[in-house]
Amino acid sequence: MKVVVCVKQVPDTSGKVAVNANGTLDRASMATITNPDDLAAVECALQMKDANSDVEVVVVTMGPPPAEGMLRELLARGADKAVLVSAREFGGSDTFATSQILAAAVNKVGVGKGDIVLCGRQAIDGDTAQVGPQIAEKLNLPQITYAADIKLEGDSVVVKRMLEDGYMTLKAQTPCLITCLKELNEPRYMSVSGIFECYSKPMEVYDYEALKDDPLIEKDTIGLLGSPTNVYKSFTPPQKGAGTMVEDAAALVGILNAKHLI
Amino acid sequence: MDFNLSKEQLMVQKMYQEFAQNEVKPLAAEVDEEERFPQETVKKMAKLGMMGIYFPKEFGGAGADVLSYVMAVEEMSKVCGTTGVIISAHTSLCAAPIFENGTPEQKAKYLPKLCSGEWLGAFGLTEPGAGTDAQGQQTWAIDEGDHWRLNGSKIFITNAGYADVFIIIAVTGWITDKRGRKSKEISAFIVERTDPGFKVGKHEKKMGIRGSSTCELIMEDCIIPKDRLLGVKGKGFPLAMKTLDGGRIGIAAQALGIAEGALEETVAYVKERKQFGRSIAAFQNTQFELAEMKARVDAAKYLVYKAALKKQAVMDGSKERYSVDAAEAKLIASRTASDVTRRCLQLFGGYGYTRDYPLERMMRDAKITEIYEGTSEVQMMVISGDLLK
Repeated sequence: MKVVVCVKQVPDTSGKVAVNANGTLDRASMATITNPDDLAAVECALQMKDANSDVEVVVVTMGPPPAEGMLRELLARGADKAVLVSAREFGGSDTFATSQILAAAVNKVGVGKGDIVLCGRQAIDGDTAQVGPQIAEKLNLPQITYAADIKLEGDSVVVKRMLEDGYMTLKAQTPCLITCLKELNEPRYMSVSGIFECYSKPMEVYDYEALKDDPLIEKDTIGLLGSPTNVYKSFTPPQKGAGTMVEDAAALVGILNAKHLI
Repeated sequence: MDFNLSKEQLMVQKMYQEFAQNEVKPLAAEVDEEERFPQETVKKMAKLGMMGIYFPKEFGGAGADVLSYVMAVEEMSKVCGTTGVIISAHTSLCAAPIFENGTPEQKAKYLPKLCSGEWLGAFGLTEPGAGTDAQGQQTWAIDEGDHWRLNGSKIFITNAGYADVFIIIAVTGWITDKRGRKSKEISAFIVERTDPGFKVGKHEKKMGIRGSSTCELIMEDCIIPKDRLLGVKGKGFPLAMKTLDGGRIGIAAQALGIAEGALEETVAYVKERKQFGRSIAAFQNTQFELAEMKARVDAAKYLVYKAALKKQAVMDGSKERYSVDAAEAKLIASRTASDVTRRCLQLFGGYGYTRDYPLERMMRDAKITEIYEGTSEVQMMVISGDLLK
């Protein structure tokens, strides 16, 4: 059984967020982490492997060559194989183009009966939550989003979805795609032996050549050209000032009155 | 500083730092206050391969290297000196002598369980009347044909309350030299906690590293099988000294970590603390204190890492010795730890003296590094002995 996990390297937003003059994120100057929801997806896959040693965990990311560092860390956590999807042609992709390329990459890794594709719910940089569902659509796989619990039952998965106002439990046949919430689990640390093995584990690079024969990959479906959305502007929102404590409701009403707000 | 750390060493350092921040630091004050051995942390470290870092995979180790082990002790000690010494004593004083001197059967029996953390290790040399002075040893092991009979006691044994396997140094007979002078023959043994006649005695209440379990060991007609002799009969003292050479690198790493941890806390504090309308970091006294401490910590770090790299070279087949390197590293790192924690506490002022801040704990934890596994005076004996030979 194969579990393919799509992951993204994102800026560590607990640190400083830097924006380029042209409005895009200055990723080079920011520390990076594995997107938290994606890390939960990886942990979920590793737990499936803990329970059944036949499970092969393949982590896939699209990004510039330094994203290899993140993939090695995931191998050190226990993943078996990594795929780095990286090419100039893929640069500037929005969620549509990205899911086009990742779907082609997952196709190349190969997903068959009994296999599962896991994604994080959404990345903390773009916050779109679109890539997972789009990959599922393009691969024609059943999809379940917002997973807070995943159970394998033979050829099916039973997933508890966490929604704003409650839970919903769904069952789907494999192969399928599930997007995971970080509430799903507590990701493990890399182990010392895992770290000292991770550079001898297989890592493949899928460049444009490797994926270009996939019908999903066309000039106008990938990269900047294949992206229907473009970033118009990004900016750092102004810092909120410190609040003031008021004694009681009467004092608050007084202040609001003084400001002619009520 | 650039020690040409490999990609793996950088990654393992990052893991240690995350682990220390998330799992070790939040418990440090409580472990100290309650004098509680942090068994839950040991279990977590064991799961991550931190109880057998530099031993080969065939023995259940993580297959890493000595520097990666030293960095583990260092990073844990930055936030909790107790946690640092648990790894150090287990690895350097129990697993290492078995790895270096054990028979294939002993290695196969003990190393996988020690490396996996299923068993915790300890080392018993010190007695009420004997530490460095081997001739003062009062614990005897008598060969009784198909077993050894041990009688005696050990004190100040790190990890003792929770350890399963102990390396015990004991007298096995008398040797008469050419001039007819008699001296004690010393040998090393592997003793298991469940061996008949073996028991763990009084738990010491200590000034620092209060979560570390330091106890007395009592052997009253303790019977162990013949195959528990570790190394060659009569060569127990060199075995113990060689073991301590490795142990001193671990303690030096602990001292280094404590000093680095104190400095990190202080750098953050002096930026926040305001006096006379500005942060105390703006005062030149603060700046000069921090500058000198940083330089001393870096100097200690060089010695500690150098000793670790030399031990690695020896493990890789080099015939060098690292006794002097280990002694220098421990002497300087432990003095640095005591000096830096004291000066950092001074910068914290009254707050530093309270238990609301970690400085007073760090200062108490630092002191032991100048004492155990050979006092600073013993380190100077080792260094000068080599210098004047």
